[in-house]
Amino acid sequence: MSTLETTASLQKGFAVPRENIGSRVQKKSRKIDRENRETVGLQFVDDPRMTCRAVNVFYGEKHAIKNVSIDIGKNEVLAMIGPSGCGKSTFLRCLNRMNDTIVGCRVTGEIRLDDLDIYEKNIDVVPLRAQVGMVFQKPNPFPKSIYDNVAYGPKIHGLAHSRSELADIVEDSLRRAGLWNEVNDRLDQPGTGLSGGQQQRLCIARAIAVRPEIILMDEPCSALDPIATATVEDLISELRQHYTIVIVTHNMQQAARVSQRTAYFHLGDLVEVGHTSRIFTNPAHQLTEDYITGRFG
Amino acid sequence: MNPEFSTSTTAQVLRSLPKRYAKERRFRLLGLCAIVLTMLFLMVLLGTIFLKGWTAFQQTHIRLDVYFDPVRLDVKNLANANYGALVRDSMQRMFPDVEGRSNRLQLNRLISSGAAFTLQDMVTSSPEIIGTTRSLWLPADDEVDMLIKGHTPRDVPETIRRLSDQQLVWIDTLVEDGRLEKQFNGAFFRNGDSREPELAGVRGAITGSFYTLMVTLMLSFPIGVAAAVYLEEFAPKNIFTDLIEVNINNLAAIPSIIFGLLGLAVFLNFFGLPRSSSIVGGLVLTLMTLPTIIIASRASLKAVPPSIREAALGIGASKMQMILHHVLPLALPGMLTGTIIGMAQALGETAPLLMIGMVAFIVDVPQSLQDPATVLPVQIYLWADSPERAFIERTSAAIMVLLAALLIMNATAVYLRNRFERRW
Ligand SMILES: Nc1ncnc2c1ncn2[C@@H]1O[C@H](COP(=O)(O)OP(=O)(O)OP(=O)(O)O)[C@@H](O)[C@H]1O
Ligand SMILES: [Mg+2]
Repeated sequence: MSTLETTASLQKGFAVPRENIGSRVQKKSRKIDRENRETVGLQFVDDPRMTCRAVNVFYGEKHAIKNVSIDIGKNEVLAMIGPSGCGKSTFLRCLNRMNDTIVGCRVTGEIRLDDLDIYEKNIDVVPLRAQVGMVFQKPNPFPKSIYDNVAYGPKIHGLAHSRSELADIVEDSLRRAGLWNEVNDRLDQPGTGLSGGQQQRLCIARAIAVRPEIILMDEPCSALDPIATATVEDLISELRQHYTIVIVTHNMQQAARVSQRTAYFHLGDLVEVGHTSRIFTNPAHQLTEDYITGRFG
Repeated sequence: MNPEFSTSTTAQVLRSLPKRYAKERRFRLLGLCAIVLTMLFLMVLLGTIFLKGWTAFQQTHIRLDVYFDPVRLDVKNLANANYGALVRDSMQRMFPDVEGRSNRLQLNRLISSGAAFTLQDMVTSSPEIIGTTRSLWLPADDEVDMLIKGHTPRDVPETIRRLSDQQLVWIDTLVEDGRLEKQFNGAFFRNGDSREPELAGVRGAITGSFYTLMVTLMLSFPIGVAAAVYLEEFAPKNIFTDLIEVNINNLAAIPSIIFGLLGLAVFLNFFGLPRSSSIVGGLVLTLMTLPTIIIASRASLKAVPPSIREAALGIGASKMQMILHHVLPLALPGMLTGTIIGMAQALGETAPLLMIGMVAFIVDVPQSLQDPATVLPVQIYLWADSPERAFIERTSAAIMVLLAALLIMNATAVYLRNRFERRW
């Protein structure tokens, strides 16, 4: 299939400079006007894991997310891209109700996990957040040991029935996050003493130790070198076999490599959603094209 | 980049540098002056207290050969025996040629009236010493003590001296015989208050302060921390909680004597708790320290970075787990510091305790929370008010004890903070 081919070629050639992607894009037909903020493209899928309908988020008076509707499919990696401050983190945090913790933040609309409306009044957020895990934009390890950082989630949820089982979970999580080899001889040292990139991977390990079914990743590779990035990307591909992943990234090659669908946000609007291959080769919206070709601004 | 531009920038920077450095030097100098000034004041304060007070840790003693006379000590009625007579007999034996009632009275005034109690204690604890002679160091009267320490002058006319010429002669004889010397003043740490300076000690006040502070700590720390956690983490943000917050901040600024009046009205008059007792003192000081602890605890809860809270919530910790496992451990050092500052304040507090009767003259060391007690600062206040010259040095000595207690508390605060502090 041609889509697959394009994805494959993109995957191989992530070193291709931006202009190349751009020049390929420009050959295509006329784009939707910049002023039009209706979502275009493939918003909805056949068997969604999460469905978001007419979601609006306000920080006090500020309207940060404007009427966004999108599905997140089963075993899918959805990438969210867009300029800084366009609301990617805000939207991501809606999906496990992390916005509840921000004073003055208001969410309207409907977000469903399977058939459960997660913003319903008497929903318990604790099992929801165990099910929908999150890796935050800024690495935020606990000021505890590396081991305790990863073990904390399994401990409070009672996922391990013995010490050795817990140790296995910790090791497995650290391995999958690509951190095991660097820290296996100092698990008792504080997680806050790691480098920025190591902290980021520690937070990934901590999130996957709870075995969430949906993982929200907010720029998980922003501080990682290419090798660690590759490890995390492998992890994402592996997790996709069983889980659903939403990833925010500023690295378009990464979005192209790991995701099936990509959503482009612009100043709080969801401008375009579509198969990743198509978004990067033939975006329908002028704003999307401007962004991925680096002409935004 | 334009080379012209960059050189002109460098020139500008270089030109402004001396001014900037001069500013910095001036600022540093000002800071240094402030520090030197504070240290100077502190040195003067501590210096005078020490110079005035250190002599109180010594007390003049007289060595008496006491014959525990079986005639005077009826074994069946030891409690009512005349122990003063034993002391007087011994004095008499030392100066056999003193004749006349008034002369003997003068002679006996050299030794403290408390000497009789020492003998009584000895006989009650081991009656077998009856019939023997023991050589004992007994406290001298405070006037003798003052003279020996040089606090009262001896080369003034007899009429304006507290000791007569005759007494001076006896004292000199005692000194020559090696029967009169300054020794460590253990009584100062063993005894409660007394009308006789040479018998007065801080034990009662220290015990009272300890009991009072224990009550305060046991009540104000848990209540304060619980209130702070509730207000900071659980309470909805509305007018009502704003009102509470304003009131707590106001309470911290209320003069402490008002808390004393409140304690008088509520704990003594309404609940009928025992007057002058450590428990009431502790309750009143709890009222006074609570605002301090709540404010400090809330500040340290606020200082816990939100990212840590998010991290805990993000992997599905409940709110209570987030608070217990992550927020409280991080906030604890700050809370402890606030608590100890509050406790130090409470330790030095006098005014509210006066209102609930802790200012009474209390000789006995309190044995329980309900016993009448006094506290160190009130003891200082009482002694500072006493006319005897010997109480002046004891006042300073009690201040030194209070300062030592404060020092220990603050050192504990620093230790605990370092112990529990975690970096992130
Ligand atoms: N706690 C908050 N209070 C008020 N406004 C906020 C808050 N968090 C975010 N915003 C605003 O909401 C908008 C979207 O922010 P968000 O963090 O979602 O952007 P983002 O797309 O994740 O950007 P970046 O790529 O830089 O992380 C921004 O304009 C920001 O100013
Ligand atoms: Mg963001």
